Amino acid sequence: MLSDQDRIFTNLYGQNDWGLEGARKRGSWHGTKDLLDKGRDWLTNEVKASGLRGRGGAGFSTGLKWSFMPKVNDGRPHYLVVNADESEPGTCKDREILRHDPHHLIEGCLIAGRAMDAHAAYIYVRGEFMRERHRLEAAVQQAYDARLIGKNNIHGWDFDVIVHHGAGAYICGEETALLESLEGKKGQPRLKPPFPAGMGLYGCPTTVNNVESIAVVPEILRRGAAWFAGLGRENNTGTKLFCVSGHVNQPATFEEEMGTPFETLIEKHCGGIRGGWDNLLAVIPGGSSVPCVPGETIRSAHMDFDGLREVGSSLGTAAVIVMDKSTDIIKAIWRLSAFYKHESCGQCTPCREGTGWMMRVMERMVRGEAQKREIDMLFAVTKQVEGHTICALGDAAAWPIQGLIKNFRHVIEERIDAYTYKSTSDGAVPSVAAE
Amino acid sequence: MAQIKVDGELIEVPDHFTLMQAAEAAGAEIPRFCYHERLSVAGNCRMCLVEVKGGPPKPQASCAMSVRDLRPGPNGEPPEMFTNTPMVKKAREGVMEFLLINHPLDCPICDQGGECDLQDQAMAYGVDSSRFWENKRAVEDKYMGPLVKTVMTRCIQCTRCVRFITEVGGTAELGATGRGEDMEITTYLEKALTSELQGNVIDLCPVGALTSKPYAFQARPWELNKTESIDVMDAIGSNIRVDARGKEVMRILPRIHEGVNEEWISDKTRFVWDGLRTQRLDRPYVRKGRKLQAVNWGEAFAAIAALLKDADPKRIGAIAGDLAGVEELYALKALMTGLGSPNIDARPAGSALDPKKGRASYLFNPTIAGIEQADAILIIGANPRREASVLNARIRKAWRAGDVAIGLVGEAADLTYDYAYLGAGIDTLVDLAAGRNDFAKVLAAAERPMIILGEGAVTGASAKDVLALAAQVAVSAGALAEGWNGFAVLHNGASRVGALDIGFVPGRGGLDTAGMIKAAGSGKLDVLFVLGADEIEMAGLGDTQVIYIGSHGDRGAHRADVILPGAAYTEKSATYVNTEGRVQMTNRAVFPPGEAKEDWAIFRALSGVLGAALPFDSLSGLRAELYGRHPHLSRIDAIEPGKAADIRALAGDTAPKASYGLVSPVADFYLTNPIARASAVMAECSQMMSGLKEAAE
Repeated sequence: MLSDQDRIFTNLYGQNDWGLEGARKRGSWHGTKDLLDKGRDWLTNEVKASGLRGRGGAGFSTGLKWSFMPKVNDGRPHYLVVNADESEPGTCKDREILRHDPHHLIEGCLIAGRAMDAHAAYIYVRGEFMRERHRLEAAVQQAYDARLIGKNNIHGWDFDVIVHHGAGAYICGEETALLESLEGKKGQPRLKPPFPAGMGLYGCPTTVNNVESIAVVPEILRRGAAWFAGLGRENNTGTKLFCVSGHVNQPATFEEEMGTPFETLIEKHCGGIRGGWDNLLAVIPGGSSVPCVPGETIRSAHMDFDGLREVGSSLGTAAVIVMDKSTDIIKAIWRLSAFYKHESCGQCTPCREGTGWMMRVMERMVRGEAQKREIDMLFAVTKQVEGHTICALGDAAAWPIQGLIKNFRHVIEERIDAYTYKSTSDGAVPSVAAE
Repeated sequence: MAQIKVDGELIEVPDHFTLMQAAEAAGAEIPRFCYHERLSVAGNCRMCLVEVKGGPPKPQASCAMSVRDLRPGPNGEPPEMFTNTPMVKKAREGVMEFLLINHPLDCPICDQGGECDLQDQAMAYGVDSSRFWENKRAVEDKYMGPLVKTVMTRCIQCTRCVRFITEVGGTAELGATGRGEDMEITTYLEKALTSELQGNVIDLCPVGALTSKPYAFQARPWELNKTESIDVMDAIGSNIRVDARGKEVMRILPRIHEGVNEEWISDKTRFVWDGLRTQRLDRPYVRKGRKLQAVNWGEAFAAIAALLKDADPKRIGAIAGDLAGVEELYALKALMTGLGSPNIDARPAGSALDPKKGRASYLFNPTIAGIEQADAILIIGANPRREASVLNARIRKAWRAGDVAIGLVGEAADLTYDYAYLGAGIDTLVDLAAGRNDFAKVLAAAERPMIILGEGAVTGASAKDVLALAAQVAVSAGALAEGWNGFAVLHNGASRVGALDIGFVPGRGGLDTAGMIKAAGSGKLDVLFVLGADEIEMAGLGDTQVIYIGSHGDRGAHRADVILPGAAYTEKSATYVNTEGRVQMTNRAVFPPGEAKEDWAIFRALSGVLGAALPFDSLSGLRAELYGRHPHLSRIDAIEPGKAADIRALAGDTAPKASYGLVSPVADFYLTNPIARASAVMAECSQMMSGLKEAAE
């Protein structure tokens, strides 16, 4: 359970002033220069020591990622790119930071920039986030006006923050597609290697970080890595913004300690499951792209990277989608398949062709209009997509279906039985679609 | 060098090698669709997936991953890759299945059938049944102009065509719109492609999505006789393969020659074949009264003998055109020498090129492949895009690869790369030679400067001065260094260098092309042999009796008094020397139509009738004599380099009398020779490009 003193995002719900003055009252921009003066290595090592893992979904150590930036500058500028293209269904955490606590992010950009020798940060804001972008731009302007950032600022580290507006494609949240989009090209993921740390934005060393990863950095450094590392569980330290949606009594976004058991999370912040715990069917614990977990399994699971891996899923963006027993789980997963089919960029074969195929088979399975052997075929197709694509969208499209088949195969089979039961003697089935 | 184990076999490859290259070096075959060695790496088809040890645990695209990207093992063992493991097999089968689920089963009516990468690889790497029961995707066909036919449902989105048009063609007219399975290759606004190299996308397309529109449903690849030959549409001498069925040429495809055309050919080269069938001269004609009448060979020769019987040798002349091979030029020259006439020429009117000034003075000395080494290029009076599209692609390649400064004197035009426009004419050249122009400094600073001189520069009133000025620029820029001769003449006619090599120019006191035309116009020339020279001013020939030898009923045949039907370049074995001096030989793919004969044989037969029989009775006899006098012509595919001293000698004092703009003689890329002018496809392209015809669909 997170105590109020340990909260990083103290204006998450926007009750207080989002602006510079309010942010300063809450501790932002306090002693930033002292932190910067400790130098690049100290900053990186401190973030490493805090155990902060990337908040965008993959959970890669943030400090380690920073350390991949070239140590010796070869003449090319270094860039920090902040991924604010928050489009994962169910996820609504970066948005709260952007509109209610933007100075956490801007200060984080400056510090992270210092830690990777970058003098410019690009914040790529999701296309649909109009108000959030306006708020962020206003906050950036405040920081410029107060000479917190910009040329010859009071911190002695020239730093520009550029807010860039996306056009609303989910794939642009993938780091290399984001870079392509930022460069003004079609948002399609790049081949890796070369990795962005070697050749990223405009061919220069670049680190792409999630909004939350950057926004928590100033507080971690001010309070010390040990403080952050002391929260949560080993290897899964610190606090995290959770976004719980779906069939809970009070859906909410809130900050909580990593590793908090699912049941505690729901009871404390969301007023419990709609209709009680017995009514819980399944949970997608990390945004739409991770496998769903049956209700009975997730109840005691620790909500962090390793805890959820143990139950066959992943923390992802910590967007918890709760489904009670009124949910048609096949249809719910079909809807996600439709989303991935719609958002596949079309560059590489398995994802381009596979997402559509999977969605169409799922569509029939929603009606039960399928053969039982097709369940295994569908599973095989997801395996054929997973790991064969340029970026992780193929994996993201495959995992929800894999989770469905692993955990709810009986539901699919019952649906197929129910459908074939209606068939007439010549095998024809009155079409559900025709009704 | 880096070490890598491929399927257990340890090999050593250069550091920059990709896994695919390493596998090929080890003899392991890797299937691919999107990868093409002359285009950027897309890595999107996923067909080339391999398993690696020392890298990520997933299958890796071998076209995109470099050997350097793999880490050695814990004890320094070399990294490993596998191309034959179950993981790789499964990955290939998976990708193949995905490619096929939305690919139509229309192979029986697809022009790609029999030479389709998808067919071949499905056989080799796919599975034999389908698990896909949904409806297949259908895609609307796109209009791409009169040359490229589209059946977009067949497209597998490999983006080779997009990359070719953007990178090599230099006209970013193709792209992909839409996302996911709705991604479609399109020209955006459904306009015709404007690249002169667009036909190459047909070869690049691994499936039947982009096929040849003129060739649509004409033949199957296994019905065709394939003959390796040389193209004569420009002076590049692109290596081609002529595919014929029976007596007709069905299509023309490129062959790979790294030094000449890499593996591209221009649209004129590729689509001119319908011109080989129409407007053909298939029997001799003699003008009786005002009309041309069909006659037999004997009558035609008798008519010529009558014309020449009492003719003064000084009042006879011969002009050869752009498509003539060295053999027929040699035979015609020998015939004229036998008749005692010094009036022969194969250069366009007003050309300043002269074989007496040394071979280097008329060659593209740095060679076509040498363009990639140049670090500064000055183009004078040429539009390489229209005159030699494939060579222009080479300039673009050099420009894309890095720091090459390009300057242009002449007509400003879209050449598909950026250049500094220096001026229109001779004044600018004078400034450049005197070092008064900024670009002169660029040239001087360059290590390997190149001066490309077009035919528009070496013909005209002050052509000699232009040639000398260009040589001066070359000398002062240091273009004549050890191992580098940057003086490059870009010819337009395939015959030109060969003709200059054998001295098909006026003898002592003889008339050149312009002189002969002038003499004819003023009644001072009685008989003029025209060997396929349809580009000369026919209206100015006065009452001169014209004997036309050629393959097509074009301007020359209309003016002619006697027509002797010859063979086109696909119908004879003939030697052509390209603009860089490379000797190449065509092969006969089909026989000449009707009574038409090979041109050298016509001259041999005619010489007998005229009582001055030429001393050879066969092509090999002719060649033996030719090679005796010009030994370099026997060295096929070799370049006899010119001497830098020739260029220095060329750079004498000049005082241009007139200053005028240097204009490329090729105004219409599609209609430069009789064969192209007989082609309906070329006519359509020409109309389209000149804006006379709106897009058909």
